[in-house]
Formats: sequence, structure tokens, C-alpha cells
Amino acid sequence: MFDRFLEWRMNYVLVLAVIVFVIPLLMENPFYFDLATQILIIAATVVGLNLLVGYAGQISLGHAGFYGMGAYFSAVATTTWSWPPLLAMLVAAAVVGLIAWIVGRPILKLKGHYLSMATLAVGFIIAIIINNESELTGGPDGMVVAPFSLFGWELSTFGLYSMFGLEIPGHIAWYLVAGVLLLVAVVIAQNLIDSPLGRALRSIHGSEIAARTVGVDTARYKSMVFVISAVYASIMGSVFAHFTGFITPAIAGFDYSIVLITMVVLGGMASPMGVILGAVVLKLLPQFLAGFQEYETAIFGFILMATMIFMPKGFYPTAMNAIRNKLGKSSGGKA
Amino acid sequence: MTVMIDVKGLDKEFGGVHAIEGLEFSVEQGQIYSVIGPNGAGKTTLFNLITGFYTPTRGEITLNGESVVGMDPNRLAERGMCRTFQQMQICMNMTALENVMLGRHLKIRSNLLTSMFRLPSLLREEKACRERSKELMEFVGCGEYLNTEASAMSYGALKRLEIARALAADPKILLLDEPAAGLNGTETAELEELIRKVAEQGVTVMLVEHDMKLVMGISDRLLVINYGRKLAEGTPEEIRNNPDVIAAYLGG
Repeated sequence: MFDRFLEWRMNYVLVLAVIVFVIPLLMENPFYFDLATQILIIAATVVGLNLLVGYAGQISLGHAGFYGMGAYFSAVATTTWSWPPLLAMLVAAAVVGLIAWIVGRPILKLKGHYLSMATLAVGFIIAIIINNESELTGGPDGMVVAPFSLFGWELSTFGLYSMFGLEIPGHIAWYLVAGVLLLVAVVIAQNLIDSPLGRALRSIHGSEIAARTVGVDTARYKSMVFVISAVYASIMGSVFAHFTGFITPAIAGFDYSIVLITMVVLGGMASPMGVILGAVVLKLLPQFLAGFQEYETAIFGFILMATMIFMPKGFYPTAMNAIRNKLGKSSGGKA
Repeated sequence: MTVMIDVKGLDKEFGGVHAIEGLEFSVEQGQIYSVIGPNGAGKTTLFNLITGFYTPTRGEITLNGESVVGMDPNRLAERGMCRTFQQMQICMNMTALENVMLGRHLKIRSNLLTSMFRLPSLLREEKACRERSKELMEFVGCGEYLNTEASAMSYGALKRLEIARALAADPKILLLDEPAAGLNGTETAELEELIRKVAEQGVTVMLVEHDMKLVMGISDRLLVINYGRKLAEGTPEEIRNNPDVIAAYLGG
């Protein structure tokens, strides 16, 4: 029975679900819920980015641009144009997907540093547009976002909801929604990875020459995964906008793109649990380092360096390998 | 006999270097056709031209009567051409079986939706793909490595795995670039047997190889090139007695 669980490709999703839904029982402070919800949203974003970076072996240093576009599209559409939030979110995802496809097609012909530079530029352009179109976006001052609502039912962190006879405050309701979204994001990502499409993507990482020889249209697949990861970012950007109720152009900026890619690399490329752990660590670290504010960036940099030197595969794969060796077992979750 | 590959007036220049010059030959369906020549003669360049990794400077290449000059390798795969490499191209981030399953990429009908939600049609296709890939691994003698990570396999096993992956595409023509390089005597004998079995199934085989014993024993026809030009073409018997070939190999 336990062996079957170890071999099940989705075993870690169940573990993740348990962790996500047990945590609220241990916390009370709304501040913690705010932080935890942010972590869930960003984790779902990097699960999407991981498809591009960890599995297909391509890089994007401008992914916050897509996240920011989703957030701002939702913000403007719902707040200024009074669109229903779900419609705004879906249209945003479609628009961002289309833009990612249009820019991705030419730039994904590049490799290595050149691809980094091109994606960096894409991110910069989006951030600059958001900053400068202040009539629409409020510019550097940011903008207020209407709360999420569905068929007149509003989800606000300040609300109070009753579900299954329980009184659930808004911040916990939001946490649960974000948790479900993360689980859906992970399940879809894992399904893609385990499909022929995922195999083609991984082959591009393993040997692009081999991929082309067996008939993989590598240009098409690279664009496809670029679009998928951009759509992940866009949807989670929209969710984030409705959650916080106030967004600034910083979420589309270069710094934020770097944070996203660092979560992927630090936690463990090509490992959904790894990148989620990366998101958790990178979001929590500044909280713990708040006491050493002057040294925060230095400590942060040191941790990054040490990880890259001693755990080049990332936290999670390194830890799992260590555990597996300790147990003297070769089987186990492949996440 | 129908002509599988027809090459006419093929030229390839790198800067001022003529890697291939005025090459003409044709490969008939079902043949084992070998290309031999001294180091640097242009054998691998020729393979890269035929398989779409290089574009010819001049000349014509047809596959089954259709011009394939300037066509990408993945387009050629759709037309039934597959190859292996002298520098093996194996996806080390996958298991052996997954590498072979990758070879069936074009045989699987799947799209984003069926993949995202693992619809039954996808699972059926995957199951069939897995079965066929297992068969092929047995066929090339890699049956014991089904779930082994490719990165944990020996050199000789990887060479056979690469052939299994190429066969997974159900190719009409298979190009093998130095399949025996780095193999010991026993492994080479096994390889010879494998190439024969592949050819018996009706797959045309083109071979670049240094191992003379292997080439002479297995080939229906041979093309000898030197400095990018055709030196001789014919049956193994004709080649063995050709004075130009002897001169080129022994230094005349």
C-alpha cells in the first residue's frame, strides 16, 4: 500500500494538499494569513515558470512582466471598466498568452545569454509601459483594485463568510482559494510534464538535436511552453491584484523577475515541490531577516551563493536524495 | 527498385573550404549503403547535409522523389528519415524508455487539452507508445534498462538505445553515423546483427563507418569519398579491388 503511494506520480500533490489545509489550523494572526496567501499565489506562478525553465531548459528574465500585465489588466478592467472579475481574468490570460506567443516566436530562437537578454528586454518594456501609462494604471503611485466577485458574491479579505456551518473570516477564505488554485496549478503542470508534450519539452532540455531528429518542432514547442508559463503568471497576477486590492508597477519589474527565477533555481529546477519550497523560503527569509535590516541583502546574497555552490540542484532535490540515501531506497516520489 | 535518396551535384563550402564537391549517388530502397573514407573526407558533413542539419551550397537532394534541400530535420522526420549521431544525442534527463518513447513523437496524436487533463484518448496512445518502445528496447538488446536513467547507462548500451529511438519513429530510411565507434569486438558483432535485422524489415540503412570488417561484410553498396569528392562507388567486391581506393587508404 505504502509502496503504491511512493510510486504514484501525484503522491506529492496529496502531501502538499495536507500541508496547505493543515496550516490554517495552526495560525490565527491575519498577518500570517496574508503572507501565506501571497506565498501560495507566487508558488503557483513559479510552478508555471518551472515548465519553461526547469523542464524545457529555456530562461525568462522578464516573467514578472506577464505577471504584472495580468494584474494590471484585471485591475483596469474591473475597476475602471467595471468588467466582471472572472471575465477580466480570462481575457487578460488570453491577451497575455497572445503577446507571449508573438514575442516568444522570434526570441526563443536565441539561446543562453542572448535569450536572457531578450526576455529581460521584454520584461523591461512591459514595466516601462505600466509605469508611463499613468492615466490608465496610476503610474508609479499604483492603483486600487476592486475585490474579486463572482455572480454578485464578493470575496474580500475583510468579509465574513459562512461555509459548512462555519464562520470563515475573509483572510482565511482567501487563503483557501489560493491554496486550491496552487493545487490545480500543480496538477495541470504535472499532467503536462507526464504527457507526450512534456516529454518533447524535456527532450529540448536534454538534447535539442535529438528532439529535432525525431520530429519535434522545437520552435513550436518552445513558444507553446513560453505561452503556458506566461498564462500561469497572468492568471496568478490577476488573482494577486484582487487579493491585495492595491498594486504598484514593482510587481512587473526586473527585481521581481529575478525573484521568480531565483525561486525556481534555488528550490530545485524540474521539481514542482522544489520550486514551491523556493517560493516559501524566498518569501519568508526577509521576515526572519527583518531584525538585521542593514545586512538583509548581504545575508540574502550569501545564502544564494552558498546554495548554488553546495546544492546546485536546489534545496528540494538535494534533501530528497539525502533522505533516499539514508533510507537506502531507490524508489520514491519523482518530484 | 525505387530510389530512396538521390544526390546530384552536391556542394558544401565552409568559408573557402570545399567539404563536399560535386557529389552524385543514389541509394535504393532496402539497401544497406555505406559511406567510407579517410578522416576528414566529409562523411559526417554529407550526413548532416542529407538530414537537414546543414544546407548545401549547391546541388539537389531528393527523398522518395521529393526535393528536401533546406528542410528542417523535424520535417525530414515526418517524411520517414531518422538518424543517429557520432556524438551520441541522448536526453540524459530522462529514462532509457522515455528516450525511446520520444522517438514515437510523430506517431502520437495529442494536444494541449488532452495533455492537461489526461483524457482517456491520450492515455491509450501513451500505453501503445510504451508497449512499442519496450519491444524496440528488447529488439536492440536494451531490455534490461527499461527504467534506468539514461545517464546511468554504459556507452555501448546508449549506442543501441539511440538506434531504438530512431526505429521508434518507424523510419523508411535510417542513417547511422559511426555506430561501431568505441565498441569492442563482441559489441560490434552484435551491432552488425542488429543492422541486418533492421534492413530485413525493409528499412533502408545508410551507414558511415570506420570499421572495415563491419562495412565490407554488411553493405550492399559502398561509396568511397576523399577530400569531399567521390573516389569510387560499387559493391564491396568492386571497392576492395579498386586501385584508387587502395591508394587512398594505404597512401599511394
